Amino acid sequence: MFPADLKYTKDHEWLKPAGDGTALVGITHYAQDALGDVVFVDLPEVGEAIGHGEEFGTVESVKTVSELNMPSDAEILEVNGLLADHPEAVNEDPYGKGWMVKVRLKGALAADLLDAKAYEALVSAESH
Amino acid sequence: MSNTAVELMKTPLNAAHRALIAKMVDFGGWDMPVQYPAGILAEHEAVRTRAGLFDVSHMGEIRVKGPGALALVEHLTPNAVSKLAIGQVHYTAFLYENGTFVDDLLVYREGEQEFLLVVNAGNSDKDFAWVQQHAKGYDCTVVNESPATGQIALQGPLSVSILQPLTKTPLEPIGYYFFTHGEVAGIKCLISRTGYTGEDGFELYCAAGDTERLWNAVMAAGTPQGLLPAGLGCRNTLRLECKMALYGHEIDDTIHALEAGLAWIVKLDKGDFIGRAALLAAKAAPAPRKLVGFKTLEKRDIARDHMPVVQDGKQIGFVTSAAPSPTCGINLGLAYVPTELAKTGGRIQIEIRGRAVAAEIIPTPFYKRAK
Repeated sequence: MFPADLKYTKDHEWLKPAGDGTALVGITHYAQDALGDVVFVDLPEVGEAIGHGEEFGTVESVKTVSELNMPSDAEILEVNGLLADHPEAVNEDPYGKGWMVKVRLKGALAADLLDAKAYEALVSAESH
Repeated sequence: MSNTAVELMKTPLNAAHRALIAKMVDFGGWDMPVQYPAGILAEHEAVRTRAGLFDVSHMGEIRVKGPGALALVEHLTPNAVSKLAIGQVHYTAFLYENGTFVDDLLVYREGEQEFLLVVNAGNSDKDFAWVQQHAKGYDCTVVNESPATGQIALQGPLSVSILQPLTKTPLEPIGYYFFTHGEVAGIKCLISRTGYTGEDGFELYCAAGDTERLWNAVMAAGTPQGLLPAGLGCRNTLRLECKMALYGHEIDDTIHALEAGLAWIVKLDKGDFIGRAALLAAKAAPAPRKLVGFKTLEKRDIARDHMPVVQDGKQIGFVTSAAPSPTCGINLGLAYVPTELAKTGGRIQIEIRGRAVAAEIIPTPFYKRAK
C-alpha cells in the first residue's frame, strides 16, 4: 500500500525518481480508493513545465473529480497513453500500470515530500 | 474523511454494510453505504442486467389514518389521491403555497382512509412537522413510523426470479406501482413493485428489527443469480439516467413543480391543494426556465452537480445533477436553462472549473428499459 521507494505528497500523489533525473508520477492507492471507479484522466502536453504544487491534470471518477498536483518542479516528458482507453488501470495498479506522467525533475526535490512512513501516518490520521 | 461532530444516524443494516466492507458516507445525517467493494460501475451494471439490493431504511414513513385521511392527503399533495385504488401507489409531492417543493414522496393507499407516505430521509422531520401542522381540523391520526420501519429495495430484471422463491405471494401479478402485504422469508412485509432505478423491482418494508434477517435472506437467494449489494453511488447514476428527480438537485424550495417537468403529478382540476393557486398562475404565464437533459460533446468534459450554464460569460442556468453515465457511456446531466434554449439538439455551454464547454440538449429519459 505504501511502497518504500516512492515519495508522497499530502494531496496523495506519488513520485518515483529513476535516479537519472527523471521520475514517474501517479496517485496513491488511498487516493484511487477514495475516488472509486476512474473513468477519465486529463493529462498535460509533453514539454510543459509545471511547478511544485501546480495542477497538471484531473482525474475523474463516476462520483467525483480530483486535481492532480505536481509533487516537485518538473517538465513533462511523457504521458501514460494506456489511460486514454483504460483509465481503470489507475484503480487496478496505481503504483504500476496506472502511472500518469513521466517528468524531468528540475532542481532539488521539493522539501515537503513525505517518505512512506510519514505518508502512511498521514493516511491513517485521515481515515479516522 | 473528516471528523464528524454529530453522531450519524444508523439504519438497522449498519453492521451488515460494515461486514460487507462498504464505503460509508454521511448522507443527510445518515451513515450510509456509497459503494461496496465491487464499485459503482459494477453495482450499476448489476442492477441494469441482473439485480442489486439497496438499503433504503433511512427513508421516512408517515401513516395517516382516520375519517379525514383522504381529505388531508388531497390537501397536502397535488396528485389525485382519490383516483388511487387500495393497493396502489403514486409519486407526488408536498408543495409550499408558492408551488415549490417541501419534498417529493410516494403515497400508498392502504385503505379507503389510510395512507402511508414515504418521504426522503433528509426531509423526514420537516415533512412530519408539515403534515402534523396541516392535520389540524382533519379527523385523522398522523404517526411517524420511520424509526420502527426498515426498507430494502431489490432492483433489476432478475428481481422476480430472486424474490419469488422466498414468498408465497404471487409477485408477477403485482403491477408496476402497486403493492400488497405478505411474508418474505417468513417476515411480514409490505411488498411494493416500485423503485428508483428505472428497472423492474420491489421495495420491501418491514419491522426495523426484521430488516437484517430480510436483507440476508434476499442476498442469499440472489447471490447465485449475480445479485450485488448496491450503494448510494449507483443509486444516483441509475436514477439520473432515468431523469428521476432528487431533492436538493432537480427539486427544492426554489423550484416549482411545473418547471421541474412534473406537470404529470399536478392535477389542477382535482380541487384545492396547497400550491394550487401558484401553479395555476405559473401555468398561465410563459415558463422562464425548463429542466433539460444534456450530454457534453468531449469525453474529457464531465459536468457535475451545481455547475453553471453560461452564455457569453454570464450565468444563465445551472446543472442539477451530472455524471458519466455507466449505461450510455457518455457524460450526461440535467440542467435548468432559459425556455427559449430548451430545444432538443440545441447547444448550451457548461462552465467546468472555469472553462466553458459545449453540450447538446438531448431527449430524456436518457435510458429506458425494454418492456
